[in-house]
Amino acid sequence: MTRYILKRLGLTVITLVIVSFVVFAASQLLPGDVGRTILGPYASQQQVDALDKSLGNDKPLPVRYWNWASDFVKGDWGVSPVQNVEVRPLVLGRLKNSLYLGAFAMVLIVPFSIFMGIVAALNYGKTADRAISIIGLSFIALPEFVIGVILIVVFAVQLGWFPTSSQVPGTNPVDWFRQLLLPAIPIMFVLFGYISRMARTGTVDALQANYTRTAILKGLPRRHVVSRHVVRNSMLPTITVVSVQVGYLVGGLLVVETLFAYPGIGQLTLESANGHDLPTLEACVLMIAIIYCFANLIADLAYGILNPRVRVA
Amino acid sequence: MASVEGSGLELTPAPPAPVLDVRAERRRRRRELFRALVRSKTFIVGAAILVFWVFDAIFWRAIVPHDPLGVDPIGTLKAPSGAHWFGTDNLGRDVFSRVLAGAATVLVIAPAATALGLFGGTTLGLITGFYRGWVDDFVSRIVDAFLAMPLIVITVLVLASLGRTTLNLILVIGIIFTPLIARTVRSAVLVEREREYVAAARLRGERGIRIMVWEILPNVTGPIMVEATVRLAYAIFTAATISFLGLGLQDPSPDWGLQIANGRAYMQVAWWMVIFPAAALATLVVGVNLVADGLKRVVEE
Amino acid sequence: MSAAPPVQTGAVEIDGLTVSYRRRQRLLRVLTDVSFTIKPGEAYGLVGESGCGKTTVAMSLMRYLPSNAVVESGSITFGGDDLLAADERTLRRWRGDRMAMVYQDPGTALNPTIRVGEQIAEVFRFHRGMDKREAQEAAAHMVSTVQISDAARVLRRYPHELSGGQQQRIMFAMALATDPDLLVLDEPTTGLDATVEAEVLDLVENLRDQFNTSILFVSHNLGIVARMCERVGVLYAGRLIEQGNAREVFHDPRHPYTLALLRCVPRLGMRKDSDRLDPIPGSLPPLGAEMPGCVFADRCPIARDRCVSSPPELMPVSEGHMARCFFHEEVPGITPMAAVTQEDAAPVPDEVLLQVSDLVKTYKFSGTEVVAVGGVDVEIKRGEVFGLVGESGSGKTSFAKCIVGLIDVTSGQLSFEGMDVSKPAGKRPGEARRRLQMVFQNPDNALNPTHSVRAILRRSLQLLAGVRGRDQQDHQMNDLARSVRLEPRHLDVRPSALSGGLKQRVAIARSFAGSPAMVLCDEPTSALDVSVQAAILNLLVDLQRRQGVSYVFISHDLAVVRYVSDSIGVMYLGKLVDVGSADQVFSSPHHPYTEALLSAIPTFNIDESRPRIKLSGTLPSATDVPSGCPFHTRCPRVLGEICRTETPPWQEDGVRHRYRCHIPPPELQELQKTAPEQAEDVVA
Repeated sequence: MTRYILKRLGLTVITLVIVSFVVFAASQLLPGDVGRTILGPYASQQQVDALDKSLGNDKPLPVRYWNWASDFVKGDWGVSPVQNVEVRPLVLGRLKNSLYLGAFAMVLIVPFSIFMGIVAALNYGKTADRAISIIGLSFIALPEFVIGVILIVVFAVQLGWFPTSSQVPGTNPVDWFRQLLLPAIPIMFVLFGYISRMARTGTVDALQANYTRTAILKGLPRRHVVSRHVVRNSMLPTITVVSVQVGYLVGGLLVVETLFAYPGIGQLTLESANGHDLPTLEACVLMIAIIYCFANLIADLAYGILNPRVRVA
Repeated sequence: MASVEGSGLELTPAPPAPVLDVRAERRRRRRELFRALVRSKTFIVGAAILVFWVFDAIFWRAIVPHDPLGVDPIGTLKAPSGAHWFGTDNLGRDVFSRVLAGAATVLVIAPAATALGLFGGTTLGLITGFYRGWVDDFVSRIVDAFLAMPLIVITVLVLASLGRTTLNLILVIGIIFTPLIARTVRSAVLVEREREYVAAARLRGERGIRIMVWEILPNVTGPIMVEATVRLAYAIFTAATISFLGLGLQDPSPDWGLQIANGRAYMQVAWWMVIFPAAALATLVVGVNLVADGLKRVVEE
Repeated sequence: MSAAPPVQTGAVEIDGLTVSYRRRQRLLRVLTDVSFTIKPGEAYGLVGESGCGKTTVAMSLMRYLPSNAVVESGSITFGGDDLLAADERTLRRWRGDRMAMVYQDPGTALNPTIRVGEQIAEVFRFHRGMDKREAQEAAAHMVSTVQISDAARVLRRYPHELSGGQQQRIMFAMALATDPDLLVLDEPTTGLDATVEAEVLDLVENLRDQFNTSILFVSHNLGIVARMCERVGVLYAGRLIEQGNAREVFHDPRHPYTLALLRCVPRLGMRKDSDRLDPIPGSLPPLGAEMPGCVFADRCPIARDRCVSSPPELMPVSEGHMARCFFHEEVPGITPMAAVTQEDAAPVPDEVLLQVSDLVKTYKFSGTEVVAVGGVDVEIKRGEVFGLVGESGSGKTSFAKCIVGLIDVTSGQLSFEGMDVSKPAGKRPGEARRRLQMVFQNPDNALNPTHSVRAILRRSLQLLAGVRGRDQQDHQMNDLARSVRLEPRHLDVRPSALSGGLKQRVAIARSFAGSPAMVLCDEPTSALDVSVQAAILNLLVDLQRRQGVSYVFISHDLAVVRYVSDSIGVMYLGKLVDVGSADQVFSSPHHPYTEALLSAIPTFNIDESRPRIKLSGTLPSATDVPSGCPFHTRCPRVLGEICRTETPPWQEDGVRHRYRCHIPPPELQELQKTAPEQAEDVVA
């Protein structure tokens, strides 16, 4: 088991290093020169060059990468030339907001999705199953911004029950719902679609497995067979999907946050991309990647604990 | 080879086999596949929707009642009526015509990107799945890295860096899809390569490429087709999202994502500007997903 | 049927059971009017080939049929209760309590995420109302009853941590926990190694003494059923065609099918040179076929008009023995079809074809090294059939793959027809590939499903025989097809349209395309039905004689190996422990492992039962091969310290036989006249 964890950890680190390469490479291609962006269009070329030199932008690529990467790891993420604030607190603050939204959505929908997936599998082929599958399918099919826009039109504009743009909620739980429910819904829909489908597949496979046949032939009550024999096995593939969805979540937030003007990391990413705010953009993308990898690691851990073949190798 | 005469004495007569030739059999199988697909209601509905939109994408110029780009400064923000079934937008353009015209852009970008991804992904999947070893490890790490960055984020990053052209959009989506499709292909290839007919091919001295393309590939087309349709849906929805975010096609294109983005400002007074393109997009994506689901069911049989 | 016997628990009475499966609006008949009884405490064997419906009978008994199964008519009475009419709740009460089942593949039959002890304890908790602690104790008791030592530790294990034999014992523990009246066994030993299989069967016999359970034993293996059961019923295409006392049915079969089945299985005394296997012509009727007359008529050697037009009833042959044949009296007189003139074998020069020197193959698995083949030396002559025997972990498959070039060799020399073939197939000279080929086990997997047979053979002809040009290829292809008794119409179809036997013929043709000098046959008949096996074995033997080809013939079935082979090699944990002429290897003196393997074969002649040699302990893991003689941990004839510390030398027994042991031939021969002191009957 420790071997397993160490291996996963190692792979995660490698992945993150590759991501940093990609991010660095992409950001280097962004049009616009950093020095120019900071000093504005009226500064002379000499001044821009001088600033670039002092920022180290004239050194060769690998050196720049190394400087940038080591700075990042040390915690020095630079200063945003557009917003004139330190990048790190900005990004981390926005990340926190996004995590609120993401966690809110997940807490509401993940257990429910798993439950519905299992219900669908237990009613294989019958109306309940088809209904759940079709609903799930439609939810996946609709792009988040479409759902979001429709929700705004109906619930915020026409009915006025929710604000048209969301802010970070206070501590009052009612406020949580007021601010976060609408932006969370498009995300919850997609999560439901994927998670319930995998829970269903996992459960169907487990129901058809030989060990379930053994359990039934032992005369065990159905409830026990499902809860003790089936679910444990069907959760294994489901965990993997949930972790993949967390990855999706962070990206999906980009659209939803923009639509609802919610101050999260997704919205910041888009803003900085459009505004050529290099340091912020790099930091945002890297943080998103780190969160995703971290979620995966946790999922791998959970899988390892749940699956005795891994736990007791 | 020593030519062996039949011993004349049929000691172990072989049991009778259906009298068919390969071509006839292939036709029969295709007909069976077709029949199975037709039996699936999901497939039929999805296919119908898809056919409608493809038809529209090709022939919209003949069907639109008004010019999608035709501005009418007087008749702006009019509600749906007999003259304008979907109302008019802030520049007085007929929304219905714009919706019909918008299909074309999405139905060019998405399939092109998917095809690119399919080609790249299948090749990559075949190679990594068949050869394994360090090539596989190396590529898998890169694939994981790609997965760590959500598609939207990378697309935003790249389009911001390299420019917002349609070609770039197709390239980005296609290149992102490559590792994702490669993953599915790789799984299928991993299963097939353990089969004994692959071993038999090796024993004949077949070269690697021949085995991959001639022996293995025909046996993994099922999962590939399903994956392709799923990716197509995803491509449509990503392209629309990109336009919505302002990183794709620009005004005055009738692209649906763009229409929705523009309509947002007028949602309070002219909801039709947003709802109809949204509905159009939704039906297209749902249609493709239904086709994918129908295919999946038939392939898994 | 006779008058109903007095109601007794455990008595099973099946009367006129007719079951069909619904497939796309049609009803396909699987069982037709099957009737038999199992007396309390009796073991009743149900035999037949695949598709005959025996599993459906077992499942009907447990009322666990798939949702598309329809019981059209008939009744099943169990201890006086109507089984077919029972509702879900009653069934749940009975299952696991009054009736239990053990079936094949214990690895998947146990839940991988639940500890083994708990899986047994469940039965006690739900059927006996025990609490957790009591149930665990009862489970521990069951574990020792099924002869697993160190019960407390095993209880806490997960299924994947146990060996196949241990897993199956756990299945038995679960099944017998509540002392059921009926035990249904569906191929419980298929897939297990020969020695493990023997142990499990011993266990079943043992348990029968302790628990007075009735048993329904479903199997395709006649030998096992002959050993384990008092009465037997033979199923063919869903109909019970013969039934009676096991000894009587197997010694004096009265249905042409039973006779044919007995005749097409090679038995230990048979040799390819003197006895020919008698395959059954034709093929099984397809599922759901309606036949007006006797269902076996189209394949029967004594069929007449009456057989085709009217279906026979079960006719009494003697007390308790019945056969569904109008002419059952004629059955003993049916002569074997295959008293054939042997063609002259092709003359073959006496020279060494394949020379293997110190072949070693190791695999690396995440850090640990597994020695699959630990230094093997052997010579195979031209035209010789070399049988290779060994259980799982023996390394015989890796050895075969090295010879043929599917995997690379870690070290050692392989020389074939003077060419160095220590490299994988792709890097060998083309000549070596042409002359050294392989036939695989599973015909479904061995042919590419998307290619037509013609395309498959064409490619082989092109690459192996160097035949160019389509016309030339087609011409040679016809010859090739004829040599394996395929007809031209079989060429233009995909493999999925062919039966298992036909597919295997194609695979054989493919290997013979380049006139090989040696063909490796890896369990070529194991995946086929018994009646088809005989045909394929005959074909292989014929081809061998005609073309002077040598074989390396791998099979887990010792009787088949003995039938086909001129010389035999026995492998254990990666080493060759016994090698020589077939006759000598299979008779004393021989390696104690060989001795144990032979004793594990179930025999028909219940009179001449061999003493079973039990091996103690389980097969050591390949990562941890025991020092000295690898077999010393389990050897019933172990001498002592020397076996643990020193590698045993080769003992020469005559010119053509050697084995690795510390006991020289004359002493070993003396020792092997009597069975060894039985190892303690416990599995670690």
